[in-house]
Amino acid sequence: MLDHLPALQVIVPLISAPVCMLVTRAVWAWRIATAVSIAAFAMAVLLAREVSSKGVLSYHLGGWVPPLGIEYRIDHLSAYILIIVAATASITMIAAHKSIGQEVADRKSGLFYSAYLLCLTGLLGIVATGDAFNIFVFLEISSLSSYALIAMGRDRRALTASYQYLIMGTIGATFILIGVGLLYMLTGTLNIMDLQQRIPAVIGSRTLHAAFAFLTAGVSLKIALFPLHLWLPNAYAYAPSMMTVFLSATATKVSLYVLFRFFFGLFSPEVSFEYFYLGKILLPLSIVAILTASFIAIFQDNIKRMLAYSSVAQIGYMTLGIGLGTQAGSIASLVYLLNHALIKGGLFLAIACVVFRIQSVQLEDFNGLGRRMPWTMSAILLLGLGLIGVPLTAGFISKWYILSAAIEQDRWLSAIVILGGSLLAILYVWKIVEHAYFRPSPNPARDIPATREAPLTMLVPLWLLVAGNFYLGLDTSFSAGFADTAMRAFFP
Amino acid sequence: MDTRAVVILREVCKIIIPAVLLFALYVQFHGEYGPGGGFQAGVIFAAGVILYALVFGRETAQRILPLTTVRIFIAAGVLLYAGVGVGTIFLGGNFLDYNVLLHDPKHAQHLGIFLIELGVGITVAAVMITIFYLLDEFCE
Repeated sequence: MLDHLPALQVIVPLISAPVCMLVTRAVWAWRIATAVSIAAFAMAVLLAREVSSKGVLSYHLGGWVPPLGIEYRIDHLSAYILIIVAATASITMIAAHKSIGQEVADRKSGLFYSAYLLCLTGLLGIVATGDAFNIFVFLEISSLSSYALIAMGRDRRALTASYQYLIMGTIGATFILIGVGLLYMLTGTLNIMDLQQRIPAVIGSRTLHAAFAFLTAGVSLKIALFPLHLWLPNAYAYAPSMMTVFLSATATKVSLYVLFRFFFGLFSPEVSFEYFYLGKILLPLSIVAILTASFIAIFQDNIKRMLAYSSVAQIGYMTLGIGLGTQAGSIASLVYLLNHALIKGGLFLAIACVVFRIQSVQLEDFNGLGRRMPWTMSAILLLGLGLIGVPLTAGFISKWYILSAAIEQDRWLSAIVILGGSLLAILYVWKIVEHAYFRPSPNPARDIPATREAPLTMLVPLWLLVAGNFYLGLDTSFSAGFADTAMRAFFP
Repeated sequence: MDTRAVVILREVCKIIIPAVLLFALYVQFHGEYGPGGGFQAGVIFAAGVILYALVFGRETAQRILPLTTVRIFIAAGVLLYAGVGVGTIFLGGNFLDYNVLLHDPKHAQHLGIFLIELGVGITVAAVMITIFYLLDEFCE
């Protein structure tokens, strides 16, 4: 069975999605989704071990040999991302039951969990496949289901947010499809390894230029790179709380993986950076993203929107690392990807705990919550330190890697922006802390008995993430070690 | 509406709908020899049911195909498709490697694609009908 792991990683969530749909009781749908997420995590860990011992795994779908047949290909990079996606899925699902029960109607919960499982299938599929067209198909599976998930938010504005995401996401996906189509026209193959070998022969062709441009624009839309980020704040702000946790830690991260796969795997780094000047596009946009999005985040009153803008800024750090075009920069970006998934997933999970108790994400309603929900608020504080990049937290490691990668190339402007972004992060994290700890509760007599600490099923996963935040701040053997091996394959 | 017009519409539909459904089945089961396949067949089949619902009313159509049944079919199609894939794993092949289904690879490939396309057809038809039902319900 171990040989079939690359396929099973994707198939198990796929099969359980229709089963979940048929289940009528909400609690069973949740149990199935949780069991499958944990199974997916176990498979991702097994795959990472297999890759570490045996090298790249290739699985031929239907027994057809690549490049003609579809190949699932797991290398260090894919194994790393698979673990991040599946771990987030498990944590989210363990915590999800009560929050989803409150925010999504019971009769819809079968469909809700089924859409979630399809989204998971799509995200895992993007990472597992070694076929460029397959990436597009799985991208569509994950996107379409996430539009549905976002639209299920309680606020009616969730519908417009989802519609906005649908329009922009579809444009992005179409651009990627056009890019892949042009590459197919040029080379006659869709297999990524095969494409990599054939592209040097057709360099200089205008079709290749067009394909590269379409892929860049399409992927940038999907990762919400400034100025293509407009869909993200509303989508995160109005989605059901637990889905914000899941999507913020996986959707843009998997899109970043697609960027890696296309520009490092399909085109080689030399072609992308020395012939197409990818760095000249990514670096300025990343710098603007870090500064403007952090700045906008400071002025948000809705905490979910604030954190969403912060995500746009953090994506800027990751693309900045990639934009440097060096091995160190890419490793830094991969480390950042893991640490940010953990920190931002944790922060949104803490917000989900608050929403579960006080039904609000407005900053004023956080007044005095430090005393009423001490465990949740201290988690926000500790994860906020990670977001800023205080030493001992995972955030420090990722900022340190990015900073040293930028300084290594004498890019002082980028280095200053990285530090400046951290200063801006202090401001918006401080706003939450100030409201929670230093402002009196608006109506203590009425509120104190009503607001209790969040249920244990949500607090335990939250504190797991807080612990992870400190663990990855001290021991980087998984994050940096694995990222280093992953990138060595692309930089010979 | 003029009652005579309704009569004509109904009578014409009574003749057309069986033909539409039969043609859908033809496109489904002849897909590996001629143009067609599961997706097209599913859409044609759903079009037949939707035409019936348009002319005779959604409630009448739902007496034959209630929403709950259609939802089961949505899941059943996907499960058939994926089930064939998992079956081939248990028979010792890769996912969707039809060759292991029967002794003769030629027949096995035929059977494999037949089942897969059937799964596609069932799900596509069921999804189309569900979308129509829900839109119709929403418009009321």
